[in-house]
Amino acid sequence: MSFSAPSMENGFSSPRNDSFPAGLRVLVVDDDPTWLKILEKMLKKCSYEVTTCGLAREALKLLRERKDGYDIVISDVNMPDMDGFKLLEHVGLEMDLPVLMMSVDGETSRVMKGVQHGACDYLLKPIRMKELRNIWQHVFRKKIHEIRDIESHDSYDGIQISRNGSDLSDDGHMFCGEDLAYGKKRKDFENKHDDIGDHSSTKKHRVVWSVDLHQKFVKAVNQIGFDKVGPKKILDLMNVPWLTRENVASHLQKYRLYLSRLQKENDLKASFGGIKLSDLPSKDPAGSFGLQSSINVNQNDVPNGSYQFSGDNFFAQDVDTKNHEGDLKRVVSETTETKRTLTADLPDPQDMRSSQMSFDHSFGSLDSEVNFSAIPAPYSWSEAPKIQFKDEIKPLLQLEDGFSQLPLSGLHNHIQIDPLQSASSITSGLSMTGREICGPAKIKPLYAQYCSNHVSLLSPKESAFDSFPVQSKSHVEKHQSFEPISTAISSMKPQGFNLSCITDFESCQRNLISATDSTFEPFNEDLRVCWLEGDCHSMNFGLPNVEFTDYTDAGFIAEFPIYFCDTLTSDTECPFDQPEYSIVDQGLFLS
Amino acid sequence: MEVGQMQRRLAEYTKSLFMEGILDAQFLQLQQLQDESNPDFVVEVVTLFFDDSEKLLNDIARALDQQCVDFKKIDAHVHQLKGSSSSVGAQRVKNACVAFRNFCEEQNAEGSLRCLQQVKQEYNLVKNKLETLFRLEQQIVAAGGSVPMIESSF
Repeated sequence: MSFSAPSMENGFSSPRNDSFPAGLRVLVVDDDPTWLKILEKMLKKCSYEVTTCGLAREALKLLRERKDGYDIVISDVNMPDMDGFKLLEHVGLEMDLPVLMMSVDGETSRVMKGVQHGACDYLLKPIRMKELRNIWQHVFRKKIHEIRDIESHDSYDGIQISRNGSDLSDDGHMFCGEDLAYGKKRKDFENKHDDIGDHSSTKKHRVVWSVDLHQKFVKAVNQIGFDKVGPKKILDLMNVPWLTRENVASHLQKYRLYLSRLQKENDLKASFGGIKLSDLPSKDPAGSFGLQSSINVNQNDVPNGSYQFSGDNFFAQDVDTKNHEGDLKRVVSETTETKRTLTADLPDPQDMRSSQMSFDHSFGSLDSEVNFSAIPAPYSWSEAPKIQFKDEIKPLLQLEDGFSQLPLSGLHNHIQIDPLQSASSITSGLSMTGREICGPAKIKPLYAQYCSNHVSLLSPKESAFDSFPVQSKSHVEKHQSFEPISTAISSMKPQGFNLSCITDFESCQRNLISATDSTFEPFNEDLRVCWLEGDCHSMNFGLPNVEFTDYTDAGFIAEFPIYFCDTLTSDTECPFDQPEYSIVDQGLFLS
Repeated sequence: MEVGQMQRRLAEYTKSLFMEGILDAQFLQLQQLQDESNPDFVVEVVTLFFDDSEKLLNDIARALDQQCVDFKKIDAHVHQLKGSSSSVGAQRVKNACVAFRNFCEEQNAEGSLRCLQQVKQEYNLVKNKLETLFRLEQQIVAAGGSVPMIESSF
């Protein structure tokens, strides 16, 4: 498949291309003239191109007039002519631009509302320069996702999806796509019209099935009764005004597929302890439902909005052609120069190497190897998930599980894999791991991301299940690696969830994945470390005006990228890491 | 008074404003945003703040004066005032707004009136202080000196 990045081109129009994020076109909407002036000045200092607007309606007008004229919108929540949340919805629906909300009011409920309405971030006034400096990440992330989507759509058109996995796609690329967009393929296969037409045209607004949204969905499904369920009924129960029947229908389809895969998997895992997700003692398919509902239960632990994964994007990550990688890397390297803040205390070179081994191959090769049967490892999910999930993670994990087992395994996989011999077993099941890796690679610590990323992991391939054993085996081992992360995560919690962190991670993860398979392990480590450093400026809503000191000299300095380069098999990966980290860096601050 | 003396006086004066909680770190941010391309940035922003605030205070006073007090509207105004006072670092004004909003929520007219007085008081205080500060700066510049940047310890 040829990698064409029209969205990239459109999005990164000339001024931005060479010096991204400089020249980022920002539209600021705020009825307070004082703030408007200050923000304008601050954004200009970040070398962004600023347009200010005092009224929401005016802003919408501007946006509609120049559909591709802006990259990101920052809007105040309280405005006289239109509720900021409304504006947010409009922008999201019509223009699909990232929107940041701001307010002097940092009440959790407000923030949550913002996130629910689709805000990429919620900034508390007074806003610091550092917070504004990093807003470009939201733009970047969206671009990445769009590219992935386009890619997956292109590749999936007309792909025969074989549920039994025996009929893998023709080329490696397809295969990857399949892994990623398992749901998509399914959709293509069964539901010709759905997205494809839309996607093949210019970027269309995609429904982002956030954790919160998905929970509503699941709740509705459970309420109706899985057998009697239908998109219309679900839609009515969910009571989400902007959601369409079509959105629900496609999501339901994916969900059904996921569940039936779970079912199948459960059959496979007769010998296994069953998947134990943190406090989910599930062993049977029914467990998945339990999972689903548990998502609802644990919702409180995690901010809803943090787990963004669009239905269509689920598998976007996996769809990663070389070209794509190349492009990403290119883009990434552009940003690399500017951001070099992350440092990682790379824990275990050992781990990295071994993990790299497994992750070495690109997605493309996934199709062939699957011979998991060769790997007799017992498939025990129980441990891995447990390790990983602390309170906040749990819901995520569950959510993921709601979609597919794979992600979990992937997750574990990649965490676990490190040093073990599982590496060897993994390599034999290369394709699988590769696939898995894609998914989980991203998120070791961040389940939220994991969820979002992993949704993509829901590879439809039945064979994927086979690989589970491999996965699980690998996971089982590395408990340790999780601990620090868990700690990181749990320590994060009291800070008030840093949504931006999550999204950052998400993007980091995704980017990493696409850029390179082999960076998983190190990446995770880095992520973990990253969390601990840097400022947490963005989502401080739990902590009014808390200023986080810069950690740049905390000693975490950027050795890790170099480290990675050494251990990584491919050089290209290194540059990629940095930008990700900087994003993470900014996002997470654990004091 | 020679320039050095004036600069020291300005520094101490500014410092006192922070110590007394009249201004907070945001004001420093504003100062840091000022540069050659915008040499009067802080003054401009603060002027905007003054204009906006006075309008808001008048609106609030008028609303409280009504037969039937619209607390929602007042709350909206106070929220706005809170926002703009936070933009320049007028900490005490902002805090007074927070208290004010509580009374609005309770639909307490008397409490609201008192709060309004409080907010007005704090606003006038910060206005005076800032005007003095700007005057000091002007004097320094007029005498050929430059206005020193306050060290940020925030």
